Amino acid sequence: MTALTIVLNILSIGIPFSVSLLLASLGEMFNQRAGIFNLGCEGIMSMGAFLGFMCAYSLQNTAMTPYANLMGVLVAGVAGTLLGLLFALVTVTFHAPQGIAGIGLQMLGTGAAGTLFRHFVGGVTGIPGLPNCPIPLLSKVPFIGPVLFNMNILAYLAFLFVPLSSYILFKTPWGLKVRAVGTSPRSADTMAISVQRTRYQALAVGGLFAGIAGAYLSLGQAKMFADDIVAGRGFIAVALVYFGGWDPYRILGGSLLFSIAQSLQLSIQVLGIKFPYEFAVMLPYVLVIVVLAFTRSAVVKGPAELGIPYDREKRI
Amino acid sequence: MKTSARVAYIALISCVAVLAAVGIGAIVLVILGADVVQTYKVILTEPLKDLFGITEVLVRAVPLILVALGIAVSFRAGILNIGAEGQIQMGIISATAVALAWPALPKSTLVPLILLAGAAGGALWASIAGYLRAKLGVNEILSTVMLNYIAAQLYGYLLRGPMIDPAELQTGSGTPQSVRLPKSAWIDRIIPGTRLHWGIVLALVLAIFIYILLWRTTSGFKLRAAGASAKAARYGGINVESCLFFAMVLAGAFAGLAGAVEVTAVHRRAIEGISSGYGFSGIVVALFGGLHPGGIIPAALFFGVLLVGTDMTQRILSIPANMVSVLQGAVILSIISAKMVINDPYAREKFARRLSRFRGHPGGYEVKR
Repeated sequence: MTALTIVLNILSIGIPFSVSLLLASLGEMFNQRAGIFNLGCEGIMSMGAFLGFMCAYSLQNTAMTPYANLMGVLVAGVAGTLLGLLFALVTVTFHAPQGIAGIGLQMLGTGAAGTLFRHFVGGVTGIPGLPNCPIPLLSKVPFIGPVLFNMNILAYLAFLFVPLSSYILFKTPWGLKVRAVGTSPRSADTMAISVQRTRYQALAVGGLFAGIAGAYLSLGQAKMFADDIVAGRGFIAVALVYFGGWDPYRILGGSLLFSIAQSLQLSIQVLGIKFPYEFAVMLPYVLVIVVLAFTRSAVVKGPAELGIPYDREKRI
Repeated sequence: MKTSARVAYIALISCVAVLAAVGIGAIVLVILGADVVQTYKVILTEPLKDLFGITEVLVRAVPLILVALGIAVSFRAGILNIGAEGQIQMGIISATAVALAWPALPKSTLVPLILLAGAAGGALWASIAGYLRAKLGVNEILSTVMLNYIAAQLYGYLLRGPMIDPAELQTGSGTPQSVRLPKSAWIDRIIPGTRLHWGIVLALVLAIFIYILLWRTTSGFKLRAAGASAKAARYGGINVESCLFFAMVLAGAFAGLAGAVEVTAVHRRAIEGISSGYGFSGIVVALFGGLHPGGIIPAALFFGVLLVGTDMTQRILSIPANMVSVLQGAVILSIISAKMVINDPYAREKFARRLSRFRGHPGGYEVKR
């Protein structure tokens, strides 16, 4: 194997791996831009992964089969939105501390997904999942063609979401509102922007993205479901938002970096390098801690009121 | 606000919170097609029906109390330790290593040594997150969650590699587990034939220790001050960073101790899945117990019932035991919401106004904040 094929191999595994991280962290970015620190992302992704899988699994060999994957993504998105709104109820309406609420939502989502999976399915079951759709002509380009233009439809959409999110966040009135309620909710409130409503909307969007990110894991990536399918990606997504400085393009870079680190672990095994498997699995998690330790200065650029519940009646 | 109105308000909010938590669980149960009332009845009453069930509840309560005490200290100091799961595993590893290294030592020396080693293992693991938070401002929730995943891999690696029982390699079954601990390393059982062990006494004594530490010593006051208002504490000359670090290390030590107790008293060898979610359940217990040792002990017993009960629903009603995680998540969300609503003076006032109007005294309330 030449060095080039090894690199291409790593990239062709790593780039599709980045999609779920990318979707989840884009959603989380909207949450955090609005001032809400949603650690429940992990739980929402679990539910999304389960529901996406469940739709595809139960619609197998029925009249609905061609739409099974679409249904899966839609159901996961709707469930994600609902869980995002539940989180909004707890943290925005009731002003609950967001870190603990996130852990609660994580336990709730992961637990519910595991319970329902064991009851309705039980064991490891494969599904056909999302087919790859190579883009005509472009996928025939040597080297980069098979790496970049032979993915499933959700992956292309996810990468399109990057400029779209950037546009929404920085060029639309709604994006301005989101940034305003995250930076200075009191000023936003003075300007007749409803802080509560905007935060609810941002959390709904974040939940939608996280749900779809989960569905991508089960439908597009693993093509099965397991209790630990999300394996901390929800938390990594939160860390990626810090790493990406709350900017969609830098978040894209971060998720590519992480997923390539993750795919290194597979390549190491393929190449037969003597290296304990467990240490390779640890790598992305270690990377998160290292990255967080070195992006401390980025926190200064983050939304000023991140993690602080807004109470209109509170005296300053 | 009158006392009666206040009590009524707190009671009302608490009831709504309980209903919300039970309701979220019920939604999942309905989707499963289970009988909701019967499931809750099995979870809450079945474990208390015989001696075996009751002792099992107490066995589960021991690690829950230990972990929750540590978490209470860290939450009180304003550093959210979510990493108890990993700290437990590190405690198990170091406790097992010490027990296997000096099997010839007399029990009176070896057992305390093992417990200390367990605490040290957990403390060391937690100190990473504590240091990163105190010195570099790294969000401790993210770092502890990541350390959980790292610890799980490290634990698996050690049990499959360096620490594996040589007999497993000879027979070729390769179950990831360590050698059985020598008898001199065991914590004895209180009632023969059950798994109830003397660790429970240790947990109760340490609960008193934490109470004294937090409410009867200067360092406890500093910890609580740092958590209540870091700015004010700093102004008062308290080194908030070192408080955070200390609280994290103490929380890690308690989680590690819980791991050491589990391995020497219950399983007697390091196997996979000893921690079995105690690290996360401990958070729920600490919050449910109001971050106070006096509340943590009953809360641990309650969640012990819940853990044993959901195991039983798996056997009796074939409802997966993951259900406990759903209930715990729902409990966390409703507790923290209820706490905020109860402490919200405006909501309280609004309620008092409604109440007095309902009683037929429109406007007959006094505003007191």
